[in-house]
Amino acid sequence: MNIAGKKVTLHDMCLRDGMHAKRHLISLDEMVAIAKGLDEAGMPLIEVTHGDGLGGASVNYGFPAHTDEEYLEAVVGAVKNARISALLLPGIGTVDHLKMAAELGVKTIRVATHCTEADVSEQHIGMARKMGLDTVGFLMMTHMIEPAQIVEQAKLMESYGANCIYCTDSAGYLLPDQVKDRIAMLRQELNPETELGFHAHHNLSLGVMNSLVAIEAGANRIDGSAAGLGAGAGNTPLEVLVAVMDRMDVDHGIDLYKIMDVAEDLVTPIMDQPIRIDRDALTLGYAGVYSSFLLFAKRAQQKYGVPSRDILVELGRRRTVGGQEDMIEDLALDMAKERGLI
Amino acid sequence: MSQKIKAAIIGPGNIGTDLLMKAQRSALIEPVWMVGVDPDSPGLARAAEMGLKTTSEGVDGMLATMREDGVQICFDATSAYVHAENSRKVNEQGALMIDLTPAAIGPYCIPPVNLKQALDAKSMNVNMVTCGGQATIPMVAAVSRVQPVSYGEIVATVSSKSVGPGTRKNIDEFTRTTAGAVERVGGAKQGKAIIVINPAEPPLIMRDTIHCLTESEPDQAAITESVHAMVAEVQKYVPGYRLKNGPVFDGNRVSMFMEVEGLGDFLPKYAGNLDIMTAAGLRTAEMFAEEILAGRFNPSAA
Repeated sequence: MNIAGKKVTLHDMCLRDGMHAKRHLISLDEMVAIAKGLDEAGMPLIEVTHGDGLGGASVNYGFPAHTDEEYLEAVVGAVKNARISALLLPGIGTVDHLKMAAELGVKTIRVATHCTEADVSEQHIGMARKMGLDTVGFLMMTHMIEPAQIVEQAKLMESYGANCIYCTDSAGYLLPDQVKDRIAMLRQELNPETELGFHAHHNLSLGVMNSLVAIEAGANRIDGSAAGLGAGAGNTPLEVLVAVMDRMDVDHGIDLYKIMDVAEDLVTPIMDQPIRIDRDALTLGYAGVYSSFLLFAKRAQQKYGVPSRDILVELGRRRTVGGQEDMIEDLALDMAKERGLI
Repeated sequence: MSQKIKAAIIGPGNIGTDLLMKAQRSALIEPVWMVGVDPDSPGLARAAEMGLKTTSEGVDGMLATMREDGVQICFDATSAYVHAENSRKVNEQGALMIDLTPAAIGPYCIPPVNLKQALDAKSMNVNMVTCGGQATIPMVAAVSRVQPVSYGEIVATVSSKSVGPGTRKNIDEFTRTTAGAVERVGGAKQGKAIIVINPAEPPLIMRDTIHCLTESEPDQAAITESVHAMVAEVQKYVPGYRLKNGPVFDGNRVSMFMEVEGLGDFLPKYAGNLDIMTAAGLRTAEMFAEEILAGRFNPSAA
């Protein structure tokens, strides 16, 4: 693989996707320290939001330690060069949240929908673009449909005003060839000026590999997370990706030792559990299940005695999508009844 | 044969047609007009076949004769954008408007919770909130009538096929309107609404989760009884309304897991979200019709 000289914009997820792994309880001090470290390492983009996006504070997804406003205000004021981004899932957050984030200094808005439902994002993408924000359409769970269908949905988002489209492997299920097919077709079919991004989960240990494949196929924005802190087995560990890209002469703009230090000294110490491919995270990647379901399934096992792996496999079989966290307790209750556990 | 109140349905799409099929079985409502804007609309043709008067010129096409046709109740199954105008026009002709759009210019109505207040208020426009609201707010109210609820949250998961372009274009309206009604009708001090759209095939039946946080320790026996009684109330007009699991008690959290299967009149059974809207709209109209027939309410131009 030769990707020497390619220019790649990295986007750190540990303060947004990492919120899933921290049950949305990262402290303001931790956020600020990590964001400063990332900024000093040269990270151009840092996402800061509840794991389920703006307005995600809920019984269903978890109440965060602080409000969206408090987190954004603290981090925006602490970084010198990095741009702060926020995630928004229509159906959870609204354009009111989007305006709030922009007023607090967020420069990039990523509007996320399930990969077949792009048309719920028109309002939000349109508004973000109108406000002059870097506007990203973020298609989730793209392993569930074929590349041509993804292109169709991406074009909708592009038509609403997105200047960048993400192909997201929310379940960490995609194999390298599947990433290549998706990114290559998107690159061919979208406007040449539309940027293209890839977001991985490391559930099958393919985060770094798939990111490289995406770059080769034409993606120029890559998500990852210092120390991999993210849902499931985490996101692509950025310090590893940077080291690999360094050796492959990719133009990434990050100070390798500094990002290694952020991962080791700032992010790893705040982890509640090791971010690794345990049995359940592997099941997510194997069965194609939304990565943030991981801790919910573990908790359901504790409460109702149904093995979390069985719950996750069934969630995959039923083709659940991101946001259906409420289904986990409901399903665990059904399974516990069937098995005579309650 | 008992007397019926004559009604018009505005909007010959999926919702309007399903409503028409339900209304034809009603002992209290007689649909006489179907109003559309497209002369080629299959919904208009279907209504004409069933013997209704039809127009493709919008509400204006019905206004001249609606009084002499005896129309006293109208249903609006179009969109929030045109609802206010439609409502003003039919109100001027002395007909009550039941709003199935998310426009919400009139008071919210969730039949088993506050229909009686809506009747007492003699409002000329009542709003049916949203599909998610119809499916979940009865459960919030079932808890809040037992003890104070500081926070009510609903998650509605619907099949992709049952979500029309209007809802998709303005999904924020769903979350805002539903959250507002969780507070005002459901009785939660703070309300939150989430909608998830799932494209699985075959389409999933609408499912809803309701989480309430009670101010003090929940009275489990009283809440459980109240929830079951409320489910029975909703089942009177939506037989496929089912409490799958719960109430689950976890500290001050009370959670109910519901499934809503439609009757499958015009809409498929999985689209319980649409069915519960048409059923609730008709239920509301029937209650008003009873009031009109009993001489307790006389809808008239303001």
